[in-house]
Amino acid sequence: MAQVTLRKIIKKYDEVLAVRGIDLDIVDKEFIVLVGPSGCGKSTTLRMIAGLEEISGGDIAIGGHVVNDVPPKDRDIAMVFQNYALYPHMNVYENMSFGLKLKKTPKDEIDRRVKQAAQILDITELLDRKPKQLSGGQRQRVAMGRAIVRDPKVFLFDEPLSNLDAKLRVQMRTEIKKVHQKVRTTTVYVTHDQVEAMTLADRVVVMNAGLIEQVGTPNDLYHSPITKFVAGFIGSPAMNFIPCQLEQAAGALNIRLSDKLSFPVPADRTARYTSQVGKANLVLGLRPEHIAETRPHTEPNQHDFDMMIDVVEPMGMETLVYFTLAGAEICGRVNPNAGAVAMQSMKLRADLSNMHLIDDGTGKVL
Amino acid sequence: MADIAAPSSIAGTGDSRSSLHKLMQRKSTVAFLMALPLILLITILVAYPAGYAVYLATLNKGMTRFVGFGNFTFLFGRDTFWLVVYQSCLFAITAVIFKALIGFVVAHFVHNIPSKGQRKWRGMLLVPWVIPPAMSTLAWLWLFDPSYSAINYLLQPLGIDRIPWTGEAGWARFSVILVNVWIGSPFFMIMYLAALKSVPEQLYEAAAIDGATWWQRIWYVTLPMMRNIIAITALFSLIVTFANFDIVRVLTAGGPLNSTHIFGTWAFRVGIEGGDIPLGASVSLFMVPILAVAAAFILRDITKRGSEV
Repeated sequence: MAQVTLRKIIKKYDEVLAVRGIDLDIVDKEFIVLVGPSGCGKSTTLRMIAGLEEISGGDIAIGGHVVNDVPPKDRDIAMVFQNYALYPHMNVYENMSFGLKLKKTPKDEIDRRVKQAAQILDITELLDRKPKQLSGGQRQRVAMGRAIVRDPKVFLFDEPLSNLDAKLRVQMRTEIKKVHQKVRTTTVYVTHDQVEAMTLADRVVVMNAGLIEQVGTPNDLYHSPITKFVAGFIGSPAMNFIPCQLEQAAGALNIRLSDKLSFPVPADRTARYTSQVGKANLVLGLRPEHIAETRPHTEPNQHDFDMMIDVVEPMGMETLVYFTLAGAEICGRVNPNAGAVAMQSMKLRADLSNMHLIDDGTGKVL
Repeated sequence: MADIAAPSSIAGTGDSRSSLHKLMQRKSTVAFLMALPLILLITILVAYPAGYAVYLATLNKGMTRFVGFGNFTFLFGRDTFWLVVYQSCLFAITAVIFKALIGFVVAHFVHNIPSKGQRKWRGMLLVPWVIPPAMSTLAWLWLFDPSYSAINYLLQPLGIDRIPWTGEAGWARFSVILVNVWIGSPFFMIMYLAALKSVPEQLYEAAAIDGATWWQRIWYVTLPMMRNIIAITALFSLIVTFANFDIVRVLTAGGPLNSTHIFGTWAFRVGIEGGDIPLGASVSLFMVPILAVAAAFILRDITKRGSEV
């Protein structure tokens, strides 16, 4: 059993608070991804779990034991670093067996475990090579092998794919997921890439400015963000934020985006939003896929409007269109055959059934 | 087409000038010209004296007659020569080992000082290396003075009798090595400090997670990562220490009874003070084969490993 528990964790560098009191419960065998912009405290949190940074306050427990003052080697963890941190003077076999050798594991046991890990990662024929003779992807595998061999309670990954090129990154991402399915060990994974976070995680932890914004499954975060930060951080292209006002007219609730443009609020949300009528600082959050070209058939909560398109970006399977509304640049995803042309007017359709209403003052999704 | 035809017509009018022009445009020519000042300097200051020393070593004492290997066979027959060989090796090897050890330990201490105060310490620790050795050796000479010196004065209350620092063979050898170590350690310290700073911090973190103790981190991470620097520094220092002159000359002048002479000082004694310049040149030439062997061994090891790390 290797659940990891963080209680009110604080990290202070001189007078700067890098981590400002976070609570997190990681379940046994779970794959948790910490994601956030640089400087949000995600790496610091990981390094505190590893024991490479002292904690300034709070408690960390691994497998039920508080490890605040336990040195890294006694925490039974394994870590994969961003630049792999392979020992350059040792070959792959020595790199992978180093930890076991220090623990005075019997030679045949070391041999068995290294060969087994090498097989899982498909690096058996590389065991005699030095790290310098390996490609980035192979080094990454060796770094993972070094972690697997130790059979730890917890795997820690510190942005392990950042140094790889885009294609290899996607490949290794799948690889990591496969390995986790084979070797079910509690994993904490840090990245700034939300796509990595979404694809790998059982649960994603979004961090910002030293605090946890939201914890949830990838789908939770995508469809029900609780803050504007999460709404904007998860998803690519990012969610559109359009300044708006709520107005009540003839018993119906309307979202007014500009003098000419307003949409009725979906019926199931009117009760939730009524209290916001007339308030300032309201923002409509709408993902690009919910702004598409018009179609003959209309579903409930879908509304057509005409827009002057500024920029058209064909992506192949879809085309991104950009236009300006209420001072904000808005992105929509249309069918490549919809005939979007820059600097020409186009009939678009907004689907409000997945809209989010955000209070820009507090940053909370209402 | 026109601009291709044009140069050929010029070439026809002035053949020699255009070939010179071509020569100047070759990359190797430019490289040679840029290296020329250094080549000249080395020729004048190193190659010529070395060649001249070889020539001198084949002459008789009056420099009037060619004697071939006569000077060398004469040297092989003298006990003092073998004493100098022994002392030179003892002096150089002992001094380099201690310089390397002290440099390594001090570099670790300095490396662990927070960066704010580190500059100050680095500067202070470099002082022995920066002072001209002849000057600092003079200061050591006074410290070693058997009757009035500070060291013996400090040892007296501890019940230790006056030590003849430069007056007795064993102590004199100890003293010249001590002064050499004092002067040379900062060089090792600064080289090792640079090497320590270039070891990625994450390797230590990986080692910490792998379960390495402080000592295992030094043994399995620091030392292997520093091997090339350690080898090059040791080789460089071995050459300089082997060829040392000033410290021994000022501190003991080779005495007592030749017991601290090394190649440099003995060559000076025989050649300049003894008036047998060809014999002095022969003595100094003996450093070349010994150092060449050491250099070959160490450099071979570095090129072998250089491709791995």
